[in-house]
Amino acid sequence: MNVWSYAQYALFLAIVIALVWPAGAYLARVFAAERTLLDPLLRPIERLIYRAAGVDAREEMSWQQYAVSFVLFSAGGTLLLYALLRLQPGLHPADPAFAPVPLAPDLAMNTAISFATTTTWQAYGGETTMSYWSQMVGLAAQNFLAGAAGLAVGMAFIRGLARQVSGTVGNFWVDLTRATLWVLLPIALIGALVLVWQGVPANFSPYQPVALLQPLQNAEGQAVTQQIIPQGPVAALELIKNLGTNGGGFFNVNAAHPYENPTPLTNLIELLAIVVLPAGLTATFGRMVGNQRHGWLLLAVMVTLFVAGLAICDWAEQAGNPRVAALGVDILPGGHSGGNMEGKETRFGIGGSVLAAITTSNGATGSYNSMHASYTPIGGAVALVNMLLGELVFGGLGTGIYSIILVALIGLFIGGLMVGRTPEYLGKQITVPEIKLVALATTIAPLTVLLLSALAIATPWGRGALYDPQVAYTSIFNPGPHGFTEVFYAYASAFANNGQNFASLGANNPFYNITLALAMMVGRFGLAIPALALAGLFAQQRRKPASIGALPLDTPLFALLTLGTILLVSALNYIPMLALGPLIEHLLMVGVAN
Amino acid sequence: MLKQLRPAIVSLVVLTILTGLAYPLLVTGISQVLFNYQANGSIIRDAQGNALGSELIGQQFDAPQYLWGRLSATGPLPYTAFNGETLTGSSGSNLGPLNPALEEAVQGRIDALREADPANTLPIPVDLVTASGSGLDPHVSPAAAEYQVTRIAEARDISADQVRQVIAKYTEGRTLGLFGEPRVNVLRVNLELDGKIS
Repeated sequence: MNVWSYAQYALFLAIVIALVWPAGAYLARVFAAERTLLDPLLRPIERLIYRAAGVDAREEMSWQQYAVSFVLFSAGGTLLLYALLRLQPGLHPADPAFAPVPLAPDLAMNTAISFATTTTWQAYGGETTMSYWSQMVGLAAQNFLAGAAGLAVGMAFIRGLARQVSGTVGNFWVDLTRATLWVLLPIALIGALVLVWQGVPANFSPYQPVALLQPLQNAEGQAVTQQIIPQGPVAALELIKNLGTNGGGFFNVNAAHPYENPTPLTNLIELLAIVVLPAGLTATFGRMVGNQRHGWLLLAVMVTLFVAGLAICDWAEQAGNPRVAALGVDILPGGHSGGNMEGKETRFGIGGSVLAAITTSNGATGSYNSMHASYTPIGGAVALVNMLLGELVFGGLGTGIYSIILVALIGLFIGGLMVGRTPEYLGKQITVPEIKLVALATTIAPLTVLLLSALAIATPWGRGALYDPQVAYTSIFNPGPHGFTEVFYAYASAFANNGQNFASLGANNPFYNITLALAMMVGRFGLAIPALALAGLFAQQRRKPASIGALPLDTPLFALLTLGTILLVSALNYIPMLALGPLIEHLLMVGVAN
Repeated sequence: MLKQLRPAIVSLVVLTILTGLAYPLLVTGISQVLFNYQANGSIIRDAQGNALGSELIGQQFDAPQYLWGRLSATGPLPYTAFNGETLTGSSGSNLGPLNPALEEAVQGRIDALREADPANTLPIPVDLVTASGSGLDPHVSPAAAEYQVTRIAEARDISADQVRQVIAKYTEGRTLGLFGEPRVNVLRVNLELDGKIS
């Protein structure tokens, strides 16, 4: 344990908790179209958009209309991005050091779905694949729009529980527009400028060649005298990729790249950008359903799981890799951060890397700042488990709040059955149609993740050349249980719309591009549509005063029940997979097994 | 469904222009004016204006008179073969903790350090023999720099304290006294040791 790491964790959480109330109140105001300071600037733009789009801002939508609008908008974004990536060479405005080529159809399809679902899984390296034009008009724009669409669905879900005897849950186009103009754009603009001040590039220059101070020889014995440093409008993508809980980086190594994340301060800002809005939504929720204490309890559940993840991951990474230590390397902190530094950057050390691993894996955001494939087995497993929990610890922007409430409803249902009462939530009864939707949303995750992982492990297409030299590509890079975890991690991440990976998996081939894109779509729409349907059902119900025997929602008992349900559901589903991957690997590492 | 088609298309187009064109241009434009050095990649230049490297992008060193960073000889050389045919981007090793290749790579770096400075038998700080996340880490820890002081001083025939002074000059502490780790900028130390900057 390193006290410096713990001091960072504590201060980070303190800042998040301090911002929950203001962020939550602001979101509530924006989506109720109440007055804000930005109105004089943004109202005219908003009106112009509605006029052009033929939207009547006062018209409300049923949950079905809302879901159709959401799906149509996502489909449009996917098609537009696919077209931009396929047409790439004709479009780039600057003259980078390399000539961008069109993306292969399967890669372009995977990338388009990936960004339109906020997954931003990247089967490509940014600086060697994307033109500046693609990074901006294609990727940065989808970072905003897919994030805003997720936030809109989250707000519609909250309205469903806040309203009574209502056939509607809001207007998707209004929520989308307000999420973009009032929430994402202003925060992204200010945040991006702070990042540039700290060293994140913002230019359209060609890639910069510089002579090496010490010329080198490459593996073939040829002299290497220069380095070519990619440039680009990095800052424009950097903050929004976190704020919209997307996470796809400008460069191949994402936020580990010194241009994306040059200082500990940028690391702090980028991590806050992931968490603050989803955390704030607990306060928005509490405020809108008229039970602020309940909102705080949801936050408490999230913070508990977050801290548990931090503690375990920190312990594993700070303890380091005994096989490296056995070579006579100093892995105890003192003048250096010690621990497992493979795949980690010096400026972040163990503390800043672990904080990012826990934040990104819980926040449905793939923007890791260290290579999770090189984590210790337990350290990497924590990030994996966070994704398997269902991105409900803060979670994705707008999606995190309904993810945690869906699990809480299971807890209430089981609790209700145990005492023999019709379970209820916020004065709404959980009857057969409601619990069917909850059950659908709960089973779809293990079905998708486990079946696709099994398919990949069981077939030569998924295993690649490591096992079958006849296959042209290598997919699984690391031998042993680590290779198994690579595959499982990929599907868990795609379904969770997270996008981070064990980058050792060679995923740019038709098999992974297609199956991962499938997991992303099921993870996005397979949860959002049942959540909207549930919102529609709850909105129709009249709120009844809490009956005797109903579980009170503002006591620690509710928090414990929710926490227990979260752990139970994911434990039952995934423990065998975790045993086959990280657990065996850990035992091998510490020398218990051979 | 058809009723939502027009709002879907128009919102997508208008908001894409706003967030994918107007916003990046605004951010880049303001940055170019306010933070010109950082916005253009933090390129270090000599008095004549020649680019010497970026303070944020590490270069590789394996000669005894230079401070070595974390791009040790056994790894790939990111950004040094960047052309149309061989695109090498940023990359970590992605080696799992039990991959035999990891032990091999670490042992290779240990051997290189020991060979360059056989008299030095101190334990080597872990960051000096592991690959960074980006493959471009511009820093090493103060302990990793201190480990190399005697070798650099001998190779350059200067005193160890002179080397330590240069290292101290380019050592940054924790941000706000709390965030991140103390670190030494490798390229800047080497540029100053060579007299290219001061």
